[in-house]
Amino acid sequence: MHIVVCVKQIPNPEAAFSMLKVDEQAKKVVPAAGLQLLMSPFDEQALEAALRIRESAGQAKITAVSVGPDSARNTLKHALAMGADEAVLVSDAALEDCGSEAAALALSHAIRQLDAVDLVLTGRQAADWDAGIAGCGIAELLDLAVITFARKLELAGTTLRVERVLADGFETLETELPALVTVSNELGEPRKPSLRETMRAARKPLAVRSAADIGLTATDIESVATRRVRERLYVPLKSGVCELMAGIDEAAQAAALAHALREARLI
Amino acid sequence: MADTAILIVAELRDGAASPLTRDLLGLARELNAGGAVAAVLLARSSAAAADLIAHGADRVYFCEVAEDEYEGEVWLSSVEHLARTIAPRAVLVGHTPAGADLGPRLAFRLNTAVATGCVGAAVESGKLTFTRPCYGGNVRETISFASAPAIATIKAGVGSAQADAGRRGEIVPLIPREVQRRTRVIARERDASDGKRLEDAKVVVAGGRGLDGPEGFRVLEDLARVLGAAVGSSRVPCDLGWVPHSWQIGLTGRTVTPDLYFAVGISGAGHHMAGCGNAKTIVAINTDPEAAIFKDARFGIVGDYRKVVPALIAALKTT
Repeated sequence: MHIVVCVKQIPNPEAAFSMLKVDEQAKKVVPAAGLQLLMSPFDEQALEAALRIRESAGQAKITAVSVGPDSARNTLKHALAMGADEAVLVSDAALEDCGSEAAALALSHAIRQLDAVDLVLTGRQAADWDAGIAGCGIAELLDLAVITFARKLELAGTTLRVERVLADGFETLETELPALVTVSNELGEPRKPSLRETMRAARKPLAVRSAADIGLTATDIESVATRRVRERLYVPLKSGVCELMAGIDEAAQAAALAHALREARLI
Repeated sequence: MADTAILIVAELRDGAASPLTRDLLGLARELNAGGAVAAVLLARSSAAAADLIAHGADRVYFCEVAEDEYEGEVWLSSVEHLARTIAPRAVLVGHTPAGADLGPRLAFRLNTAVATGCVGAAVESGKLTFTRPCYGGNVRETISFASAPAIATIKAGVGSAQADAGRRGEIVPLIPREVQRRTRVIARERDASDGKRLEDAKVVVAGGRGLDGPEGFRVLEDLARVLGAAVGSSRVPCDLGWVPHSWQIGLTGRTVTPDLYFAVGISGAGHHMAGCGNAKTIVAINTDPEAAIFKDARFGIVGDYRKVVPALIAALKTT
């Protein structure tokens, strides 16, 4: 059993938004110096799902794969510390800010080079661009069965049973391996690395590959990355005009609110 | 015939076109002024086709399938084939559990790209552009396409449905594609909901971390009863198990566009606002006067909901 988990390094999504600067000219988001770079939380949940499958199956090899800058080694070390066995970083100037479609292309090429992959897991979306494209893209490029927005995964032999989140409930699907599943936050909290695993992680293999190593040229990447054009990037303006209800106590404020809502014909 | 239609992938609810599907038809008519609007309907019967035509479809491609619910492999193969045949300039789907699955997969099959979770769409110098929230709803990016078709998954509140029972259109049968089924649905479970459907409600009352526990939502339910409102939640109460996950409004939850939205004990983080930012009027009740929600709200009370909400219920009951 070989499970691949795709992980992405992003600026800490819980940090104050003031730690990010939006460069409207360059159409880029620039994290402030000192802003922590972390594994996207949905990817941590994908890795958690892989670890749970390994626990119930008895054994499985877990490989974490990432596309990112050299600093993304830290995110892969975190994956190893959580319990992944091996890690692969695809790092190349041609892939910098390349967008979800090209990232999916690179990840699919990296996964193709790995031994007999049974299951690929990704987060439902990365918590920076919130696109939710790469997982589906990897599946289509590798011609894998795909199930999105999983909240629970169970393996019985080579049959994978997945609970998929719907707007007002969930559906249960089955598929034979190999397959790709994108994992949603409903899966639950990912584990924290233990001290023992963190120590062991230092000795686990972490390979770094260039685009050429995985069989991609800059032109291959560009032809996919340029399909979508970012025309503008900006921080939306907020009206900022909130009428606060005056009153000596809650009853008076509530009465003022009820009056204001009636005046505005909102109720 | 060169066809520069905009193609909508219809979703049904209780056998009729979903409200979001109707909105998308209205949006497509607006974006494709003078051009054709087509819809593809994958369902057990073509009963909803007339409704799709009334809301703006010139042509409805009807593909008879075993059930009305979304099945990825079945829908994808037919929509992919249709898109190759009619070469639309854009394919628009709702940003629903179905559309968010179909849109990206279709993009890769057609060697194009996709804009997901869009909250805006326009035509700029003849080019279709789509605006979507990112970075937890704090930033917006506007996207255009250098490849065709443009594919976008669109949230509620972007287009508006325009019904005209006198509109004419044609229904074109589409033969379902043979498809190798690799995933199968075993069961579906819907939450039993005695209240209103969040997406349909004109008034929504939502609670957040500031409620301090599940009992806070009982207070909100009392308010909702008085207002005829639906009750929702930000993400934290769902993750903490105070309320079901299906109550979650936000980037990774549901999108609501009511006339009136009460945010109670909700700080107003971007990822929550991504699900309710298109509400016409937001009312904020929060103990923290610095909470970001007051920047989005039109009316606000700085105070403890335990006192404010019962007082508000009393004030609403007196006429």
